[in-house]
Amino acid sequence: MATDTRASTRAQTDKAAEQLAFFRRMLEIRRFEERAAEAYATGGIGGFCHLYIGQEAVAVGSLAALRPDDYVISSYREHGLALARGMSMRAAMAELFGRSTGCSQGKGGSMHLFDSSLNFLGGHGIVAGQIPLAAGVAFAIRYRGGDQAVVCFFGEAAVNNGAFHEAMNMAALWKLPMVFLCENNRYGMGTALERASAIVDIVERACSYDMAAEIVDGMDVWAVQAATARAVARARSRSHPTFLEVRTYRFMGHSMSDPLHGVYRTREEVEEHQRRDPIAALAEELRASGVADEEALEAIDAEVKAAVEDAVEFAEESPEPGPEALLTDIYAE
Amino acid sequence: MPTVTYRDALNQALREEMQRDGEVFLMGEEVGVYQGAYKVSRGLLEEFGPLRVVDTPITELGFAGVGIGAAMAGLRPVIEFMTWNFSLLAVDQIVNSAAKMLYMSGGQYPIPIVFRGPGGAALQLAAQHSQAFDSWYAHIPGLKVAAPATPADAKGLLKAAIRDDNPIVFIEGEMLYNMKGEVPDGEHVVPLGTAEVKRAGADVTLVCYSKTVAASLKAAELLAADDIDAEVLDLRTIRPLDIERLIASVAKTNRCVVAEEGWEFCGVGAQVVDYLQREAFDSLDAPVLRVTQADAPMPYARNLERAAKPSAERVVAAAKRVCYTE
Repeated sequence: MATDTRASTRAQTDKAAEQLAFFRRMLEIRRFEERAAEAYATGGIGGFCHLYIGQEAVAVGSLAALRPDDYVISSYREHGLALARGMSMRAAMAELFGRSTGCSQGKGGSMHLFDSSLNFLGGHGIVAGQIPLAAGVAFAIRYRGGDQAVVCFFGEAAVNNGAFHEAMNMAALWKLPMVFLCENNRYGMGTALERASAIVDIVERACSYDMAAEIVDGMDVWAVQAATARAVARARSRSHPTFLEVRTYRFMGHSMSDPLHGVYRTREEVEEHQRRDPIAALAEELRASGVADEEALEAIDAEVKAAVEDAVEFAEESPEPGPEALLTDIYAE
Repeated sequence: MPTVTYRDALNQALREEMQRDGEVFLMGEEVGVYQGAYKVSRGLLEEFGPLRVVDTPITELGFAGVGIGAAMAGLRPVIEFMTWNFSLLAVDQIVNSAAKMLYMSGGQYPIPIVFRGPGGAALQLAAQHSQAFDSWYAHIPGLKVAAPATPADAKGLLKAAIRDDNPIVFIEGEMLYNMKGEVPDGEHVVPLGTAEVKRAGADVTLVCYSKTVAASLKAAELLAADDIDAEVLDLRTIRPLDIERLIASVAKTNRCVVAEEGWEFCGVGAQVVDYLQREAFDSLDAPVLRVTQADAPMPYARNLERAAKPSAERVVAAAKRVCYTE
């Protein structure tokens, strides 16, 4: 009994540590994105900037199920994924600012965060373009007889694109060790899912390829973690792909030029989804279980905000790429 | 030196590189069980097995992307397009993924990949199967473009392409596959970016590559009968272009004709002419003329197709004009 109690206590401690870690990571993404929006408004960040606010549980839950030698690849809404994978806020923010200290040396920007040390294979700017690439990485794993997995992130609008179907077919045909993780945030830019897809339950797309699939609550970080862990286990042990439809919601506009709810959705709809804010839900869980009180959570928030400010200062103080960078890395030597 | 066909020279290059490096694999439509739509991959499935000689569904965008993803993970894919006509379906992956990955990742992800297959027109395949996209791909920084004209160059350039750490667009010719020529056994590598004088001459430079090399060599014979001594300069690689040898040849002959299979507008020859007017202006004794495909989709009818294609006769006519003999 004593052993059981100790084991149980340890499990509780581990769980509490994980709850706190997930809370902090999700909050890091939220505060990072809020600060990026500010910097965009004041001109520090240019170009396109697609925020992840509202979807934090997807990044944090799913990537917690991976090993460091697994691979992650994404669309252009990837700030949160990069941070959840372990990219420093400094490297990510400096990239958004177009500085030489950025993760892609200032040459990629918001849509093209890369970090080969994290097997973070980038944000990609053409809808669905990264999906065949992910299948290729999975092909390479199988080629070498490895047991890693690839998780490929894309939005629900990508499932109407040929690249998605071509990759799904080959992954199922060749039994590639990968997870197709569809972040269904309900809108492809301003077009609602129902207005773009003949099938509204995206998960049914997997039936065409006889692929294992699940619907996952993307506002519940634990549900995302568990579903991803199941999918990754299937990839590792049997080299089978899985399709996950993770239902989430984007609290902000499509990009910085799109107002909060735009003309394509109502304020009421946005507010209704905000009531299921994944960070607020985890905060409530922490308070209810007695792991952290309000004061402790606010202390975490203060630390996170300070880290984000540090990242902004780092970015602002970092040099722009030198003029020679214009013509480097076009060809490998 | 053994005499082999252009097809078998390519096959040798693939086989030898796959033997040399276990990370090289071949993927494409009909490359395995069928032995290649044009038999370039004959025997490779039997030697290397289905993991390294991979038959794909008819899904050009998809398998081009799979190849690029595999290259991101460190493999060295050779992706066969049954013909370059079908590569249009894969242009997004070639241009947006392969060509830019190194740059937009700040140097973190080189893409060592070869896309290969026959380009340009064969015989009476009509508009959708008779296109030369050489200049399209050469336009893109990050890509290299090679287009061999002889069996020896086919082998040597393909081996160089497979060993290169960049994405290579490797354009073969259906009408060249049966061409025979001497090909060195074993190690024979032709560096990318080196043009070659296929026939030395003093009066006019005929700049060409791929199928227009044979047309230019024939033109040079016809011109010799009229006492015009033509130099035939085979570019071999369109990007990087061997500007040094180009300028050197024109500095000697002072006259130039550029022959290519593609359409005239924004074609490869336009770039050659641009280099010449900037770098060899004082060498030129006449405007540079171009011989290209007619500015029309390729017709089916035999007579119209013949009229549309660049030919030795058209090269001769252009050469005589720049020599002011007509």
